[in-house]
Order: sequence, then C-alpha cells, then structure tokens
Amino acid sequence: MVRLDSITKIFDGVTAVDDVSLEVADHDFMILLGPSGCGKSTLLRVVAGLEMPTAGDVFIGDTRVNDIEPKRRDVAMVFQSYALYPHKTVRANIEFPLKVRKVDKATRAAQAEHAAEALGLTEYLGRKPGQLSGGQRQRVALARAIVRQPAVFCMDEPLSNLDAKLRGETRAELVALHRRLESTFLYVTHDQVEAMTMGSHVAVMSRGRIEQVGTPSEVYAMPASVFVAQFIGTPPMNILPAGLVEPGDVLVGVRPEHLHLDENSSVRAHVTLVEHLGHETLVHCRIGETPVVLRTPADEAAPSVGADVGLDVPLAHRHRFDAATGRRIEA
Amino acid sequence: MNRRLREWSLAFAMLAPSVIVLVTFVIYPLVRAIWLGRQRCDALANCYRTNGWRQYLDVAQSREFQHALWVTVKFALLTVPVGVALGLGLAVLADRQLRGFRFFRTVFSSTVATSVAVASLMWLFLLQPSRGVLANIGWLNSLFPVLKSPGLLNDPGTALTSVAVSSVWANLGFTFIVVTAGLQGIPRELQESAYVDGAGPWRRFTNVTVPMLSPTLIFVAVVLTSRAFQAYGEIDLLTNGGPSPQDSTTTLTYLIYGSSSITKSDAGLQSSVAVLLFVVLLIVSGLQLRGLGRRVHYGS
Repeated sequence: MVRLDSITKIFDGVTAVDDVSLEVADHDFMILLGPSGCGKSTLLRVVAGLEMPTAGDVFIGDTRVNDIEPKRRDVAMVFQSYALYPHKTVRANIEFPLKVRKVDKATRAAQAEHAAEALGLTEYLGRKPGQLSGGQRQRVALARAIVRQPAVFCMDEPLSNLDAKLRGETRAELVALHRRLESTFLYVTHDQVEAMTMGSHVAVMSRGRIEQVGTPSEVYAMPASVFVAQFIGTPPMNILPAGLVEPGDVLVGVRPEHLHLDENSSVRAHVTLVEHLGHETLVHCRIGETPVVLRTPADEAAPSVGADVGLDVPLAHRHRFDAATGRRIEA
Repeated sequence: MNRRLREWSLAFAMLAPSVIVLVTFVIYPLVRAIWLGRQRCDALANCYRTNGWRQYLDVAQSREFQHALWVTVKFALLTVPVGVALGLGLAVLADRQLRGFRFFRTVFSSTVATSVAVASLMWLFLLQPSRGVLANIGWLNSLFPVLKSPGLLNDPGTALTSVAVSSVWANLGFTFIVVTAGLQGIPRELQESAYVDGAGPWRRFTNVTVPMLSPTLIFVAVVLTSRAFQAYGEIDLLTNGGPSPQDSTTTLTYLIYGSSSITKSDAGLQSSVAVLLFVVLLIVSGLQLRGLGRRVHYGS
C-alpha cells in the first residue's frame, strides 16, 4: 500500500503539489491523470524518493519513507525517455539493479533472462539500446523495472514516445503485466484513454490538487467537478450556462451522447460544424456564446451547417455543478 | 562548354579564399619545413649543405633528440592524466547545485583566460628560491629544504614536475569548461534511474557519468597530450630547458626553439626536429583515438 498524507511540494516559491492525500491499495493500478504542469509527475517522484516533499508524509506499507533513500523504498521507476544506459547491452541494462544490489552473477543472469522472456526481449539481450526500436526500448525499461520484483512500480508517461498503434498494443501488455506481477502500479499520464483503459483507479489532478479519485467508470459517470467533467471524455462534457435549462446558480453538464435533437425544445442552438466520423457523427453547435457538441449515430440524419435546432437535455443525464465553485451538486 | 567553364570558374572563385589561406599558412610551411629538414642551414635558413632524408635519421638517433623525446613523454605523462582527472573531479563537484556553485565554476574556469606567460610568472613568483612565496614559508621550507636550495625549478629531480604542475594549473580552466559542458549533456533521468535502482554516488559516477562523458574525456585527453608535446612558454619562462647539464626540462619543442638549445642556430636541424615531432604527435594521437576509442560510447 502507498499512502500520501497531505503532501505539498514547493519549488522556488511555486507550489507544484498542494496538500494532496491519496491512498493506493496493494495490487492497485492507480493512474495519476491531469494536464501538463498539474503536479502529477512531481507526486510520482515524491513516492519514488527523487523529490523530498516540502510538507506531508509518504508511507509505503506501514513505513514512513520520507527520509529513506529510493533504493530502500522497494520502488522501481520507468521514465518517459526510458532512461536506458546507452553504453550497456540490453542484458547489462536489465541486470543493473541486481548488480548494484550485489546479487551473484548466476542469479543475475537467470533473473534478467526471465524478465527478458516475459517481455519478449530474449533475442535482443546482446544488443545496445541504440539498435532497438522505440517499443523495444520501452520493453527493456519495463524489464529493468520488473527484474528485482519491487513492491511498487512508478511509471512516468511511459507510452508517450510511442506511435498510436504501438501505444494501443503496449497498453494491453501493461495491463497483462500488472495482472501477472500482482504489484502496485502508480502510473502518470495526461492521456485519458490510457487512464480509462488501464487503471483500476484514476486520480484526476489539476493545479497541484486532486480533483477526484475513483474507478474510471465512476470518474466518467459522476465527475466531481467541471474540470473532471471536461477533462474526461472525447469530446468533453458540454457545460451549459447557469439559468439556461435550470434556475439558479447551477451549471448543467451533459455528455455529447446524451444530448438529442428535439424540434419542440425551448433550448435553441445554431449548427456550426458537422463531422462525419464513419461510425458516428459529431454535430457542433452554439447556444449563444456557449459551444456544445452532440454525438449521433451515423445512420441518423444530421442537421446541416447553419440550421437552427432544438436540443433535448434529458433530466436523467444532467450533471449539476455549483457555478461559483465548479463542484458537483449531489441530487 | 561555356557553361561548364563558368561553373568551374565560379567553383574556383568560391574555393579560392580557403585554398589560399590553407596553402599559405599550412601546406607551404609544412613542405618547406620538410625540405629544410634535409639541409644544414644558418639561423636565417640560408642552407649550405644537403644531407637528404638521412638527416632525419641522424637527428632521430641523436642523444639530444632521444633525451628531449623522453622528457616530452614524461611531461605528457605528468600533465595529461592528472589534468583530465582534476578537470573531471572539479566539474563533477561544481555540477552539483550546491550553494555557491556558480562562484566555484567561475574560479575553476578562470585559468582559461590566463596566458601561459602570466601563469608562468605567477608560478615563478611562488617557486623562486630567494623571494618566492612558497620558498619563504618557514615551516614548509624546513619540511622541504629543496624549496629554498636549490629551489624546485633548479633541482634536476623536481624541475620537470614543477613545470608540469604549472601546466596542469594553466590548462585546468579549459578541461573544466569542456567537461562541464559534457556533464550538462547527460540526461538527468539516467542519473535518477540509477539512483532509484540503488546505485550510490560512486557507482553512478563510474557507470553513468564516465561512460556518458567518454567522448568528451577522449577529446580532452588528445588536446592535452597535443599541448604537452608542444609546451614551450612555461619551460622557457620557468626553467629555460634546464637545469643544466641534465637539461631536465628540454622537451622537443624546447629543442626546436629554445634560446639555450643546441639547434638554435640551425634552421635545418630545427626543421628536422619539428617534422619528427609532427610524426610523433600523429602516432600518439592515432594510438589514443584507437586505444581509448574502443571504450568510448558515441551517440544514443
């Protein structure tokens, strides 16, 4: 288990992480999700021991590890750039964490071969990282992390340097790896698809704070704030201005797939763009100055650009947020 | 045909400035030195006898040349490894973002802006036996009597080492700056990855810093070796090739130019030594690049 207790990290007067508390259960695949500069990587580095928190405590298991060096935390880290040693072979790269722990040569070789086999790297053991493709390098970085069987894996955007196809394949491999290792994964990404498809839990971060922690479906279905509602989902949730569909200082959110065309509706919109994506159609409109998007099946007739249409905002799919704080208002 | 001629003329015109500079300042002097090295001449290069290629062999076999070559090799062995190690050590220390590191970076790199003449005069001021600072510190003087009599620069056993110390000091700024630039090119994540994997400072230094710096270090080693083989100013100012009669600091360059060198009034012999020095340096640099090059890691 990893527990962060009121962690704050300030760099030269700039608060990167602001009073964050988070509990990651054993064997959990926790995703730290947020835009660039939201503090997610800093939080991960605090867990790995690469940054000292300005305030707060980090626990791994029952041990407070603030003052414990990374090597004694039983944590492995996979970096965005993979951080492979370019002068060492794949085998030497994978063996390195064991070598520094003075594991004997025979055990080292056996464990490195086992890790390489698990990630399909056996035939590349004699090569240097410069002779490998991006995907293979990424797998070497993973093999180096799993070889010493740590309790916690910290991964800092490990897929972001891969092309879209490889990213999709590697996502599935990582989920399988997590299942096989039964370790705790802490995974930083700004890609909501990675978060939704891989994580058993997602912590959405913004401006150094955690906005919401939940399972991917909870975060999607019950966003705790306007920020989460708009960060998760493509296209993001539509946020209708206060007073448009409901009285009072209440912002109403509705997902694009839940908005429907309804000529009898009093909510009127002007169609600005229609995107036919093959399996579905996205209809972009404006209600006054507010942009909204509808998602409709491809076989349904779409309105033409420039048309004025009515929109039905179903009661069952409305999310209500406080106009002043942006926080969710529970029914 | 006309067009072809125009293209050739244009190409020649574009190449002309660099060709003229290269021919005037590199190729002509080299060919002239090789030619002079086959003659006996006076100090103004008026030649009076041609010995042919044999003169190179005679010079190479002479006691003076072999002594100067040995002194030069000793000087390189004294200055290059220590210079590289010190530059690397100081650069690694100053690379840590500790309090005051900018001040130390400036101090460590300051010798790059110091001329050989100034550096040598400063060391002369330190080591000179009658008025030098070091020679007149009482307890140091009683611990090392050689400081006062005959003086580090006048003792055949310590003269070369003393000149080497001043040379290392003078070159330290260059080594420090180049290694510091090399250090900044090492991705921070490599060090962090090794740190998380459990590597302590020494293992990170030997397993990450040094291999990643290897192209920089070999560059510095080749440049320092070349400088050591061509060192002249500090020897001329500090020891004048002496002390005699051992000529403990007569290096090959001093044998060519030195005011008390036996070749000083013969431009032919000087050229012979210069060409032989060129060949020696070519061989040494080649060996360095071949030998160390195998252990160097270039690129990703």
